[in-house]
Amino acid sequence: MLKMKDVCKIYRTDTVETHALRGFSLAVEDGEFVSVTGPSGSGKTTFLNIAGLLEELTSGVYELDGRDISALNDKERSRVRNEKIGFIFQSFNLIPELNVFDNVDVPLRYRGFDAKERERRIMSCLERVGLASRPKHFPAQLSGGQQQRVAIARALAGEPRFLLADEPTGNLDTHMADSVLDLLKEINEAGTTIIMVTHELTLADRANRNLFVRDGEIHDEPPELHLAAAATA
Amino acid sequence: MLRYYLKLGILSIRANWALSALMVAAIAIGIGACMTIVTVRHVMADNPIDHKNEQLFHVQLDNWNPNDPYEEPNEPPEQVTYLDATALLEAGRAHRQVISFKSDRVVQPEGDGVLPFQEVVRATSADFFAMFDVPFRYGAGWDAAADRAGEKVTVLSTPMHEQLFGGEDSTGRMLMMNNEPFRVVGVLDDWHPVPTFYDLNNNPYQGPEAIYTPFSLAVTGEWGSSGNNSCWKPPEDGGYEGYLASECIWIQMWVELPTRADKEAYAQFLDDYVMEQKQLGRFPRDLNNRLSTPEEWMVNREVVDDTVSVLLALSVLFLVVCLLNTIGLLLARVIRRRSDISLRRALGASKAALFRQYIVEAGLIGVAGGLAGIGMTWLGLRGIENVFADYDFIQYLVTMDWQMVGLAVLLAIVSALGAALYPIWRACSVSPASTLRIQ
Repeated sequence: MLKMKDVCKIYRTDTVETHALRGFSLAVEDGEFVSVTGPSGSGKTTFLNIAGLLEELTSGVYELDGRDISALNDKERSRVRNEKIGFIFQSFNLIPELNVFDNVDVPLRYRGFDAKERERRIMSCLERVGLASRPKHFPAQLSGGQQQRVAIARALAGEPRFLLADEPTGNLDTHMADSVLDLLKEINEAGTTIIMVTHELTLADRANRNLFVRDGEIHDEPPELHLAAAATA
Repeated sequence: MLRYYLKLGILSIRANWALSALMVAAIAIGIGACMTIVTVRHVMADNPIDHKNEQLFHVQLDNWNPNDPYEEPNEPPEQVTYLDATALLEAGRAHRQVISFKSDRVVQPEGDGVLPFQEVVRATSADFFAMFDVPFRYGAGWDAAADRAGEKVTVLSTPMHEQLFGGEDSTGRMLMMNNEPFRVVGVLDDWHPVPTFYDLNNNPYQGPEAIYTPFSLAVTGEWGSSGNNSCWKPPEDGGYEGYLASECIWIQMWVELPTRADKEAYAQFLDDYVMEQKQLGRFPRDLNNRLSTPEEWMVNREVVDDTVSVLLALSVLFLVVCLLNTIGLLLARVIRRRSDISLRRALGASKAALFRQYIVEAGLIGVAGGLAGIGMTWLGLRGIENVFADYDFIQYLVTMDWQMVGLAVLLAIVSALGAALYPIWRACSVSPASTLRIQ
């Protein structure tokens, strides 16, 4: 379970303080598929970075599987990232000089698995995303959709509890986007919790739960609905 | 993980080959400049008789002017008089003792049409070859009896032997010098002590002499010394006999004392000898005898020129400048690789894991820089050899041994790792989210 309570994130420079998240509280149960939408600069990505332990929060409490994350040192945070969290990025973020097999291998190397176990996991994940026949291909030899599938295979290789996706279909055409989303849905149905940031409401609707972020605050529904409801009343 | 890091390092170097080549070149040039001077200094300061350093001692006795030391502040003369050399040789109180000096002789090769030539000859007592572990290809040196009897025998170096007699065993053959026949009793194997620790006067890098003859024979023949001759007062009598009886110093003396007790006993013997000589009106200065190991003696005579030390300091500074360039290049590389760093951090790499990955990569750059640096050093040494081609000894100074090759690679690796520390620290400090967010 992922749980945040009153999480604040403030970026400070010499002259400016920017409140990226304000009193951000939410709980994501195991097995959920949550979408997070909101306008640009609303704090979606900051939320995802904090959830993925890529950034530290300024105040508040963040618990992952009941463990307070804010007290962990770099080594422990890295281990939690490696073991519990998988990332999918908008621009795939594959390493161009490594082939498909070696790209998927990256998180497993930091896990300390032996070669046999790594190979088993890599091939299993590549099969799951439909790329088992292309382990020796390099990213530049693949289409955008295939590259994102490799990224998904890499995220799945460590068998994480949580999959954090930041605009996973942002660089794909509609057909490829649907196919990637189908894959994510399938992964979620197999038990992995997914939190997906997107600005496309049609994609967000495919999640089990939709959250809206505006000005660093979280809402279960778009604020416009609250305003509309208030006006009606 | 080391293999994985090596693989990543090689891939990274290949992917950024231009930047990597610049770094390797910067390190190689710095290492080349530094190691060229280090190699020359290493050879100059090398102790060719290191394995017997604790057993061999150069003898100094202070027979000098009572009002003026030989060298300030109170350095005894670096050579001894004929009187003292022969007295100490005759006493035979050391395990081995050698007295020697160098002289010029005219060598008259056999055969018509072969011109005579002048050659530096070392006149030495019999223990020279055994004491200094001089290797023989044919025959051996002469013994003390032959030395005392003034037998006309000689030992040749291999090049001289080949020049005079071709490749065949020349022992038993006769060699004419200054119209006198000498029987060849031995031919040395390859022997190139650099510097010639047993006589550091004049130029100790010219290599050892090519012809050796008994000391007593040289004195009987009234051979003059072609090395240093110093007198603090003129000989009382004229002629060669007067010179032998004078306080002039011109003979190098070495003793072999295998144990500390032997050394202490010999030092006491020297003190007793000088005290005895004082009774005869000699040695007007205070007791000031010295026994120096070859290493101590080379330091005492400053065989490494100060210029070399200044050049060494400059070359190290040059290496530092090259490393500063390398740091700049590595920082540029870190900036280019921020996304890779962020990604790996996101996928579970700790700062320590990234540090290990990049330090291995820097080590690879260092190894490449070291290997290229060996090539640069070789070029540098050949450059020195060409500039100083007129000096016979130069070939001995520009030789790179395995120790120097290893040092070049080690220095390059250490330099690369040192240069990489700050850029790697910057790399490890890259926030995992910083570049992933903007992509």
